[in-house]
Amino acid sequence: MNEIAFVLGIPLFGGLVLAFRGGRPGAAMLNVLFSLLTFIAGALLTLRVVGEGALLAYNEMFFVDSFNVFLVALTAFVSFTTALFSRPYMMNEHHHGKLSARMLRLYHSMYQMFIFTMLLALLTNNMGILWVAMEAATLTTVLLVSLYRTPASVEAAWKYFILCGVGIAQALFGTILLYFAAEKVLGAGGTALLWTHLNAVKGELEPTVLSLAFVFLLVGYGTKVGLVPLHNWLPDAHAEGPTPMSAVLSGLLLNVALYAVVRSKVLVDGALGTRFASDLMMGFGLLSVVVAAFFLSRQKDVKRMFAYSSIEHMGLMTFAFGMGGPVATFAGLLHMTVHSLTKSAIFFTVGHAAQKTGTQMMDQIRGLADTNPTIGWGLMLGGMAILGMPPFGVFASEFLILTTAMRDQPWATPILLLALGVAFAAIFTRVQSMVFGETTAQRLPHPPALIPVFVHLALVLLLGLYIPPYLAAWYRQAAQLIG
Amino acid sequence: MPFSAQLINLMAALLLLIAFAMLSQRRILSLIYLFAWQGAVLAANSVIVAWSTGQTHLYYSALLTLALKAIILPWILHRLIIRLNIKWDVETLINIPTTMLVGIALVVISFNLALPVTQLAGTITRGTLGIAIAMVLLSFLMMITRRKAVPQVIGFLAMENGLFFAATSTTYGMPMVVELGIALDVLVGMLILGIFFFQVREAFDSLDLKHMEKLREE
Repeated sequence: MNEIAFVLGIPLFGGLVLAFRGGRPGAAMLNVLFSLLTFIAGALLTLRVVGEGALLAYNEMFFVDSFNVFLVALTAFVSFTTALFSRPYMMNEHHHGKLSARMLRLYHSMYQMFIFTMLLALLTNNMGILWVAMEAATLTTVLLVSLYRTPASVEAAWKYFILCGVGIAQALFGTILLYFAAEKVLGAGGTALLWTHLNAVKGELEPTVLSLAFVFLLVGYGTKVGLVPLHNWLPDAHAEGPTPMSAVLSGLLLNVALYAVVRSKVLVDGALGTRFASDLMMGFGLLSVVVAAFFLSRQKDVKRMFAYSSIEHMGLMTFAFGMGGPVATFAGLLHMTVHSLTKSAIFFTVGHAAQKTGTQMMDQIRGLADTNPTIGWGLMLGGMAILGMPPFGVFASEFLILTTAMRDQPWATPILLLALGVAFAAIFTRVQSMVFGETTAQRLPHPPALIPVFVHLALVLLLGLYIPPYLAAWYRQAAQLIG
Repeated sequence: MPFSAQLINLMAALLLLIAFAMLSQRRILSLIYLFAWQGAVLAANSVIVAWSTGQTHLYYSALLTLALKAIILPWILHRLIIRLNIKWDVETLINIPTTMLVGIALVVISFNLALPVTQLAGTITRGTLGIAIAMVLLSFLMMITRRKAVPQVIGFLAMENGLFFAATSTTYGMPMVVELGIALDVLVGMLILGIFFFQVREAFDSLDLKHMEKLREE
């Protein structure tokens, strides 16, 4: 019980403290400290749930089962490593005169608040609060996307706000419809939106209303997942915001949004007993993979390219959850983990590379391996990992998704393979030319923190070679819950 | 039809009228006044529903709506346009008669969309769901056809009003904790947008969104 209070309380408190002290020299360290404490609390919560099974807390307000606890652990971990990376990165930006102390204060405070909203979205048992937390996650990051105040970044933030705002309004309508259906079975009042109660009576919920609700929920939360054709905000927000933000947006927020979709899908599947929700998710997922792969090959900005790669991978996960069944869901969960770790590691290296060369344009970044072998090789390995090269973990999850697709949905396999091939060719050539060749990079005033990059990549490698049995059991348990 | 149901239908009709008035409005200040009126009518509607059905939590929700949507948000918007020194009229991308015609088509679509849900609802207010969806779609249309930042935001807030109305007409409102959360989000969102308007103007020297054409896929 108390662990939940700590997991949510620490980032909330941290956000408040940093709202006052966030511009001081020690603020970045404080940010790391709060994130570390959140991570420790998250780890304790995970241990407890693994040991004792699912738990309901505080008047059924919060619900933790093996599905969301693994996302809580992942979110707390990646937000901690990103805070580590962010410290020298933001100090360099400050040193280059791109950010003032006031902006740093805003950044640090909002960083903690953003982590809080994501953890709240994951832990809450109330589908309405889930919506509130998702909307709050948008609000906390809008001003971070426009942190540099350049016309392009302000435009990106405006697009982000309006598109995600309108998108998430659809999800609110979906939630209203869900409540409407639930109220008939559970009676009016607070309990009718609690996921555990809904899950218990999902077979009795009115199918027509629930299918309508799911369409709105999928479109709404799907906007935040970055599903094509609702993805327009995503590359801009990733490219124009500060890099630690890109890392947590790609690595964490997209996962949390997909979590909301999957939670809704469980209810709708139970009410309908058909493949309606699955087919919708497979369709959106497949479209995202294909469109993102082709857009990806045309990008010039390195962060935009990896943002499209995130859309592609989120599409792949949505497709996997759509297919359903124990193996595909297992693969989807594994892919969530490895994509989150790999993509944030890539953004860490890309961030420092862009700082060293003073540009995000890929044709002007050259020879990273020469000046700073750790950044260069970090990017090379990260690139290999995200492309699904064995022995990295992304290979394992993509292999599982593809083989399941061959068995269950053979028509989709060639499309998926084609898209993955296009993405491979594009990213591989670009990364290679950035890592090798003559160099243009300069030394940075604050040495970059590259330990997180290699910790993430080592974990991804480990998951590719050997998934510890308790972790596998845990994924299987979660997959069973989702069905 | 009982008297309260007639009153509720009257309120719904007023809301639809206001939605159309907003769509046709050229002056930014009048747009803000209309938005405030929309909030007031929403609150009145909640009071009538609460009174006729005995749902006491709707009184609180009505109070919240009145404070937030009829007073605080319009006040913030009003202050903003004074601080930003905005005097211009609202420019639209499509001319207003065409927009109104599209709006009428949207209303017809909304009633069709609401039909399956309406048939299942047992609430006294069920007939008004079509209007609620129409409000959402008309606000959406307003956001699409306006080119300046402030009217787009008013469209966005009006859309939230439409959703609130939908919640009242299908289920007598969401649980209180959720409603409080939504209100908090709306308020924080408005404050952030207030800061954001200044950033937009600083970056583009105007609040005209036609300058925002840098980020494009070629």
